[in-house]
Amino acid sequence: MATNKENDKFKLSKPRNMATLLSIVVPGLGQIYNRRIVKGILIFTIILSFLITTWNYLDIGLWGLFTLGTIEREHHSIQLLIQGLISLIVLFFLVAIYLFNIRDARKDAIAREEGRPNPTLFRGFLDFYNGGFPYFLILPGFIMLLFIVVLPLAFMLGLAFTDYNQYNAPPRNLLSWVGFDNFVNLVNVDIWKDTFMSVFTWTIVWTVVATTLQIVLGLFLAILVNDKRIKFKRTIRTVLILPWAVPAFVSILIFSALFNPTFGAINRDILSQFDVMIPWLSDPFWAKIAIIMIQTWLGFPFVFALFTGVLQSVPSDMYEAADVDGGSRWQKFRFITLPHVLFATAPLLIMQYAQNFNNFNIIYLFNEGNPPVRGQNAGGTDILISWVYKLTFETNNYNMAAAITIIMGLVISVFAFFQFRKTAAFKEEGRY
Amino acid sequence: MAMKAKTKSKIEVTFIYLFFLVMFIIIAYPLLWTIMMSLNPGSNMLVTKLIPDNPTLEHYKWLFTDPNSDYLTWYKNSLGVAVANALGSIVLTSLIAYAFSRYKFVGKKYGLYMFLLLQMFPALMGMVALYILLTTIGLTDSLVGLTLIYLGGQIPFNAWLVKGYFDTIPKELDEAAMIDGAGHLRIFWTIMLPLAKPILAVVALFNFMAPFMDFLLPRIVLTSPEKYTLALGLYNFINDQFSTNFTIFAAGAILIAVPIALVFLLLQRYLIGGLTAGATKG
Repeated sequence: MATNKENDKFKLSKPRNMATLLSIVVPGLGQIYNRRIVKGILIFTIILSFLITTWNYLDIGLWGLFTLGTIEREHHSIQLLIQGLISLIVLFFLVAIYLFNIRDARKDAIAREEGRPNPTLFRGFLDFYNGGFPYFLILPGFIMLLFIVVLPLAFMLGLAFTDYNQYNAPPRNLLSWVGFDNFVNLVNVDIWKDTFMSVFTWTIVWTVVATTLQIVLGLFLAILVNDKRIKFKRTIRTVLILPWAVPAFVSILIFSALFNPTFGAINRDILSQFDVMIPWLSDPFWAKIAIIMIQTWLGFPFVFALFTGVLQSVPSDMYEAADVDGGSRWQKFRFITLPHVLFATAPLLIMQYAQNFNNFNIIYLFNEGNPPVRGQNAGGTDILISWVYKLTFETNNYNMAAAITIIMGLVISVFAFFQFRKTAAFKEEGRY
Repeated sequence: MAMKAKTKSKIEVTFIYLFFLVMFIIIAYPLLWTIMMSLNPGSNMLVTKLIPDNPTLEHYKWLFTDPNSDYLTWYKNSLGVAVANALGSIVLTSLIAYAFSRYKFVGKKYGLYMFLLLQMFPALMGMVALYILLTTIGLTDSLVGLTLIYLGGQIPFNAWLVKGYFDTIPKELDEAAMIDGAGHLRIFWTIMLPLAKPILAVVALFNFMAPFMDFLLPRIVLTSPEKYTLALGLYNFINDQFSTNFTIFAAGAILIAVPIALVFLLLQRYLIGGLTAGATKG
């Protein structure tokens, strides 16, 4: 009996298999076989016209994706690369429609086997509308996402494996695939290696220190304001949130002026009282200190606001129970407040780290990543993303920029992984 | 003993207030300094004073009336992009979020994974590609192109946010409506959207403010001064000759910062609420 069933799976005498096969060979044919003529013709026409209109484009695109062009000055490698990627997206849709066609033929055939009558034309459209509704909702956004977010990322992924730079650029030259050469150069060629190592370590230090500082300060302030003995809570909160309310680029530029050694108020009005002059912009160490302080100023209000909201949701009976047990203030903080607060905000805190890792604005607007450092092609305060920016727009080292971006992407994926685990944890706990 | 605890508590509270005072000074100083700079006459930063001898509004006047000033154009550009971005993002994300919150369909799970992953990658990371792409298809220097990039880039984060909020709206509501014969769009329009107003307001606000604050993307996309948005225009103001234009920059910056800060402070409660709700419920 069991073997019989196994055999049945592939027997063409069964209408469901026949319909599936026909739709695999010619899209729409299975539907016609199912006596759903209009649908069959519709599917056939859609796929056929899709193919006819895009055939040339796909052909050149896929060929270009592999070769990046063969005739110098005639073939534009970058355009071919883009066309190749767009072809992949178009192919994706084509395959999706094709698979839908096969599934659909099989489903209808099964319905016929079970003796259900074919629905009327109107009914068929209605079913299609109902079943496809979520896809219609998603489609506009999905297409935008594909072309504006995914396509650039894929394009960049491709660039990292080419030899596209200032001296080797289309339309003058043809590009070629170079495999992992760019990554190898990044750790082998001295100037790249030194720069990469120092920028990478500073990026990590920057991310950890600046973000942790803003979280600690935000948490500390939130707990203080939450204290029962404090009055004017609303006013205090409003003032503490101000740095978040002012557009960040404005604040950074203001700070950049404040720290300016010649006319900035910090040296001129404050530190001069103590006869100290600090080279905030020209010394890498002090520039880094300044940037971390500014980021703390900019970033703590968000964390503060977040924690303030969560603190009010900590059940007060937990503290009362701790009081009864004679728990010290530190113990209450350590075992009640902190776990509760961190549990509720973990995904957003991880996001804070990820954002600072890519915090281009503060680095670039404060000092354009300067001061310059000898023996490096990045400035003293450059983090990976601002270095990539310079490589792209100042020295046109597109291939290296793309390779570094991929490394950044890998790091970001680690953040994403943790965030995902945290978010998934929420779902399982069912607590919120 | 009780007396001692009381004094201790008083001292503590005093220290807390003192700490707040220090924070207030640190927060207020740069902002007040900027206001004062904008009131200083002339443009030489070396002779500016924290409290100017004869404060003047000349820089504000210059921004609006001088033929060399593009400030109003920039304001108009930013406003246009901001409004289009706010409206467009509501439409796009609420549709997507509705589908992900209320329907079962093939690929739903992977779609959610994709959003979660992509929201980590700022549009910035594709900037090498974006720049080359835009130059190749000739969409550089276009405010429409800029708006499109904003719209596409905000989808992962905001779709996630709004989906989280939709999930908190009881399913019984739309099931009841469906029994009463309401169609998909009708349920979306008459039940989901009105109930989701708070989170949609947050999304609109975020996306309205983004073009005012963002600097990098306009810098990559826009090249001619009459297309600049405010952030880019103001940056270029001081970029070349920092010390000579700072007073004017200060005036221009305050004219952006004040309205944005006001809106922000008015709506902060919803903002934080929406953010935590969406992120933790996701």
